Amino acid sequence: MRRLIEIWPDSGRDEFALVIDRRRRHRVLIVPPLLAEMNRMRRLVATTMRALDVHGIDSFAPDLPGTNESAAPLFSQSLHTWRTAMERAARHFTATHVLAVRGGALIFPNVLPGWVLEPVSGAAILRQMVRARVVAARERGDHEDSATLIETGRTEGLMLSGYDLGPGLIAGLETARPLDEGQRQIHQSELGGAALWLRAEPGDDPAQAVRLADIIAGGISA
Amino acid sequence: MSDRIDHTLRTVLGDVLGLTPTRRDALTPGSPLFGALPELDSMAVATLFGAIEERFDLFINDDEISGEVLETYGTLLIFIRGKCAA
Repeated sequence: MRRLIEIWPDSGRDEFALVIDRRRRHRVLIVPPLLAEMNRMRRLVATTMRALDVHGIDSFAPDLPGTNESAAPLFSQSLHTWRTAMERAARHFTATHVLAVRGGALIFPNVLPGWVLEPVSGAAILRQMVRARVVAARERGDHEDSATLIETGRTEGLMLSGYDLGPGLIAGLETARPLDEGQRQIHQSELGGAALWLRAEPGDDPAQAVRLADIIAGGISA
Repeated sequence: MSDRIDHTLRTVLGDVLGLTPTRRDALTPGSPLFGALPELDSMAVATLFGAIEERFDLFINDDEISGEVLETYGTLLIFIRGKCAA
């Protein structure tokens, strides 16, 4: 059986996942990067899944509630709700391994063996998004400063790069550290080519996806 | 003039803007950046400066990020040289 989009149950609501499932032994849950970085890396994730399929490995990339196709409100999400959702997805898809990408390392089920690709702190993600807002304000001739914005965000939430982030998520990001516990860290230099999460326009790099899938397949068969 | 700072800055710009190596190497001090490169919106500017901080191990205050710094490749290079020397 092979289906591309599958529904999985989160608390009280269905969510979607991109899925390549042939009921095989090795099943990798892919926990995506957060927010803006997720858009930039969506194609890399999908291409990696196809490359894993060639290696005989099933994979699952669930939407984080409140993002992508999800009907849940983003504003009510927090790192905790995302963590819980990823645990549920891991159980639903009976994942045997996990690949967390960038900010995905803040919310992935770290009881599974697997890999963490260039993990990033919550503070770094937040700082970049707040900075984008400060720069945009300056272009309009307005003034906003990061410290005040974050303080407001902590109590009222904050609109950043078109994402309506609630106070829970802002507060969580401020202190969150990657959760990897024995998972193998993969560095961008191992994939060759430029980091796609830096790319202003979402891009693709099939060669990187093939290398990433090779590392995962090599780790599983080792 | 090519040196480590120049080379690293070209690489970072190329990564963020998805420039081909040819386009990246063709940047001169007079090459306009902000306003000339459609990819360079506020999110890309924030990403660019985040990547610069990481590669050069620098801290850049939000107030230092201005249209003047991003006017040309040359103005950005001078700014980074100044930060590295500070």
